[in-house]
Amino acid sequence: MDSFFITTSLLKIIGMIFVVILPMVSYAVYAERRVSALIQDRLGPNRVGPAGLLQPIADAAKFLLKEDFTPASVNTFYYWLAPGLAMVPAITTIAVVPFGSTLLGVPMVIADINVGILYVFAIASLGVYGIVLAGWASNSKYPFLGGVRSSSQMISYELSLGLAVIPVFLLVGNLRLTNVVRYQIEHGWMIAPFVGDWTNPGKWLLAIPMLIAFFVFMIAVFAETNRLPFDLPEAEQELAGGYHTEYSSMKFALFFLGEYAAMITGSAIIVTLFFGGWHLPLPSWHGGFHWAVVDGSAPGWHGVLGGLFNMATFFAKVAVLIFIFMWVRWTLPRFRYDQLMRLGWLFFFEIALANIFLVAIILAYLPN
Amino acid sequence: MAYTVPRPNLNWRERMYLPAIAAGLVITLKHFKNMIFGRTKVTMQYPEEKWDSSLPEHYRGAPALVRDADGRVRCVACQLCEFICPPRAIKIIPGEIPSTDRFAKVEKHPDEFDIDMVRCIFCGMCEEVCPEQAIYLRKDYAITGFTREEMVHHKEKLLEIGGVMHGVVLKWNEKK
Repeated sequence: MDSFFITTSLLKIIGMIFVVILPMVSYAVYAERRVSALIQDRLGPNRVGPAGLLQPIADAAKFLLKEDFTPASVNTFYYWLAPGLAMVPAITTIAVVPFGSTLLGVPMVIADINVGILYVFAIASLGVYGIVLAGWASNSKYPFLGGVRSSSQMISYELSLGLAVIPVFLLVGNLRLTNVVRYQIEHGWMIAPFVGDWTNPGKWLLAIPMLIAFFVFMIAVFAETNRLPFDLPEAEQELAGGYHTEYSSMKFALFFLGEYAAMITGSAIIVTLFFGGWHLPLPSWHGGFHWAVVDGSAPGWHGVLGGLFNMATFFAKVAVLIFIFMWVRWTLPRFRYDQLMRLGWLFFFEIALANIFLVAIILAYLPN
Repeated sequence: MAYTVPRPNLNWRERMYLPAIAAGLVITLKHFKNMIFGRTKVTMQYPEEKWDSSLPEHYRGAPALVRDADGRVRCVACQLCEFICPPRAIKIIPGEIPSTDRFAKVEKHPDEFDIDMVRCIFCGMCEEVCPEQAIYLRKDYAITGFTREEMVHHKEKLLEIGGVMHGVVLKWNEKK
């Protein structure tokens, strides 16, 4: 543990949380409102600042200034603990995701641990405790129903979430997320193998199960982050907000932040696993056509620019996925509870399981 | 009596839901795209855009007093509008016109003419009843104030809204 490592890690953590995640969360809320408005032929918030861009700041100020009301009948300790528990896991998960190549020789990932995806699942599934505790501690029937729904939903979709990514790791042979990105740079993105050895027909064959894995994983992430069409824990219409009915002010905002942070983290993981992470192939004609890899390894300001370009690429991909999240949310109605369970247990679980065997068979019989 | 609602028989394509989901996504994306390129009509952005230019001639906005072409306040303080006003929003205190005045033969004019805009229901009875065509409902509709007192339109305010009206009633001209 040299001081250089500690300093850069601290800088990365602080930068990631306060420069990237929190502004991204608040602007995701703004984007959600604008996108939903545009889809419904409205304009959305456009009053505060140019095109309403200062709306998140106004929202934050409002949340901070509102009365922080604690109902008399709640279990105070857990009632106060729950919003934090909803927020912290969502942010912590981002630690293992490589959000860039290198910048001045520092790898752009906070913790490059060799159990990467296991860490993600372990921490992300803690998020349900925030919701369950909120539902239980509120001592009120609607939050309670929301909490119960949330726990059973999480259990159902955690399985397909975990199984869906196994094909990726069968292929990569390593749980470290930086290695997943490295593999995709060399062999092409998981669901679009047009870079690397793109002339290899086996790659295109493998892209089919990868596409299935991607869809199952994406849908499971929808369920994990309580986004429509799986937002049964909050279900405004039937449960009056679900688990956060009894919350107000900043505690309510923390649930909100947690939900959006989970969405951003989920998108970041999808990008890392299936869309080549921070990698963007650039065509190059120097010495015959090939895909050039831009990263931060070049000396001088070329390297710095490359590293920044990689980070921009990563967050652009994340932004596109977040847009897809919103697009789906404002298109599909909510599933009924039995439909949700049926989908999780009878379809996605089986599809993910069959997909693993499919990939295993292809890998076993495919001559490299 | 119990009655079983007949459920439609779905074919495998409908039961799979996926084509319907894709179709839905296409529809929402089309709406999104049309909004982005400004091809959809949206709500009027009120404080910036207003109705004013497209208000019809018969619009019933705030009532106002008018002057005639000579600059005389047309109202002769007959108090018919005060009498007919359903919510009793109008209060008139008549005063005498001095005999030295050019329009001395009119005899009366309103010393005070108050319309309480908190009470006014914009019915237009005052305009209808006025024998002098002195009170009109104009096109002002955004009447605001912080107190009840501010919402009372006094004579000056009413004349300011009303302006000059070139009407057909010319019975107080010197020639007549």
